[in-house]
Amino acid sequence: MISVEHLTKRYGDFTAVDDLTFEINEGHVYGFLGPNGAGKSTTMNIMTGCLSATEGHVRIDGYDIFEEPNKAKKLIGYLPEQPPLYLNETPLEYLRFVGEAKGLRGAELKKQIEQVIHQTRIEDVKNRRISSLSKGYRQRVGIAQALLGNPKVIILDEPTVGLDPIQIIEIRDLVKELGQTHTVIFSSHILSEVQAICDQVLIIAKGKLIAFDKPENLEKRLLAPNEIIITSDATAEETKEILAGIDHIIDTNMEEKDTKIIEVHIRTDHDNIYEISRAIFFAFAAKGKALLEMSLKKANLEDIFIELTEKSDDTEILENGTVMETTKSEVSDV
Amino acid sequence: MIAVLKHELRTYFHSITTYVFGAFLLAFVGIGSMLYNLEAAVSNFEYVLSFGSFAFVVIVPILTMRVIAEEKKQRTDQLLYSLPITTTEVIIGKYLSLLIAYLIPLCIICIYPLIFSRFGDVYLLTSYGSILGFFIMGAALIAIGIFISSLTENQGFAAGIGIAVILLNYYSVRLSEYVSSTAYGSLIAICIIIIALGFVINHLIKSSNLAYGICFILIAATMITYYIDMTKFEGLLPKIMTKLSLFERFNVIVNGVFDMTAIVYYLTIIVFFLFLSVQSLEKRRYN
Repeated sequence: MISVEHLTKRYGDFTAVDDLTFEINEGHVYGFLGPNGAGKSTTMNIMTGCLSATEGHVRIDGYDIFEEPNKAKKLIGYLPEQPPLYLNETPLEYLRFVGEAKGLRGAELKKQIEQVIHQTRIEDVKNRRISSLSKGYRQRVGIAQALLGNPKVIILDEPTVGLDPIQIIEIRDLVKELGQTHTVIFSSHILSEVQAICDQVLIIAKGKLIAFDKPENLEKRLLAPNEIIITSDATAEETKEILAGIDHIIDTNMEEKDTKIIEVHIRTDHDNIYEISRAIFFAFAAKGKALLEMSLKKANLEDIFIELTEKSDDTEILENGTVMETTKSEVSDV
Repeated sequence: MIAVLKHELRTYFHSITTYVFGAFLLAFVGIGSMLYNLEAAVSNFEYVLSFGSFAFVVIVPILTMRVIAEEKKQRTDQLLYSLPITTTEVIIGKYLSLLIAYLIPLCIICIYPLIFSRFGDVYLLTSYGSILGFFIMGAALIAIGIFISSLTENQGFAAGIGIAVILLNYYSVRLSEYVSSTAYGSLIAICIIIIALGFVINHLIKSSNLAYGICFILIAATMITYYIDMTKFEGLLPKIMTKLSLFERFNVIVNGVFDMTAIVYYLTIIVFFLFLSVQSLEKRRYN
């Protein structure tokens, strides 16, 4: 559907987007995730033809956005970060202009306007001036504009920024709904949002793509090298001795809580975490030491995000669906 | 293009500036015809237009200041870029809608000579020839106004620069009598113009090397020409100022000569500045 190849955008010495390559398939909701200034908006602006690229190609359904912009743009509906609204018009007038510019005429135009007004639930305000609408409604008018012309791809740049919690939920539901009929690309710096809505997540930091996978998979990857936290009444030497007899332990980190109490963070590369916790349990029991507490630590997308974006300097671009080895080991530090 | 045209027209008739523009133009021409045709009982309507042309100094910037600056400020230019229309279509659509807004008061002005002709001998041919010239000159000034508006996102700034440029153009013939006509004076003036041009190029394409390069080459070429043949520079500055004046050419038409070169000149100005506006808008894509 959309293929981005070696996309680079430089502003003088500053590289906003750095050799970005990825492929987007039809009929999913994609989340563009990254800290502020990571190059999300720049990438989206290039993909929609609003900005030129220094190098690289963007093809929408085979049409190059730079060479056949009009054909490519017809396939895209775009809502920039700040909704581009003419404030002294009504949503109806505004949508009529956008529809006409997208080549809709007469009955078809009317039908589509009605449809998008219904879809984005702005019937109540369609004859009020946009300047008097709340931010949530303005965002909806912006989305309605993107939907006109029934484009295959809808690109929304941080559509929930600056909205109140109820409005955020409403917009998220709308995005989910759109995901059933369109390919939706949607950017955000809020993880829970991406986790809740998207089928696929692209993490971008410093202009580079550092992960591209399903949210569950990204989390799973972190669950694999897991961490077990135990509290025991053994001394540091004794604990060391006991743990030495157990395989698949890659790292331990001890902290003496009290004179008699020790807390140990154990990391393992075993696939089945319960095997290890079981082995630890019996090893301590065999030495006559008590395990006062044992817990398993699971990482979430937040951890991956922080890990990946902070360490993006020395990671490389990932293949679709695989996390690189270096990233994996870094992630395990969590 | 049609979509942009319709949209712009709808905006104009919602906003007061279009009405102010029309009212100003009609008031100026009205005062002119009262002074010349009624008070002084002159039957030449073209003099009224010559008088009325001063109104352009104020009304053209009022009409054109918001046309692109406003889009930039409200960030609606992003919408225009993402729609399946080209920047050329956007500029032409906007330009044509401005022309229509300008034609409406002009249509009313077209009735005046007919009214006057009922009370005396009016040279209708020169009258309507002048109205045509008046229209095309206004059209050229509007193209300049669009370009100025495309340079900034501040409407007030666009209006200010617009007024300054048109005022300078209006008085350029009169000023040309006061500027130095010596070869040396012209040389300095041309160098200053080249440097100013360099700043504009630098602003437009954000490439200081290219701007300085062009500046350097042009100044070098000017210097060489100056040392080879100094006589070419004598009286050059006043000549350039006279040639560049849009109003001066209109005065030729007012004097009863329907000068085709003037029309061609205006059309060239229109095409040139619309082209620059497209480039200026396109430039934002390249930053």
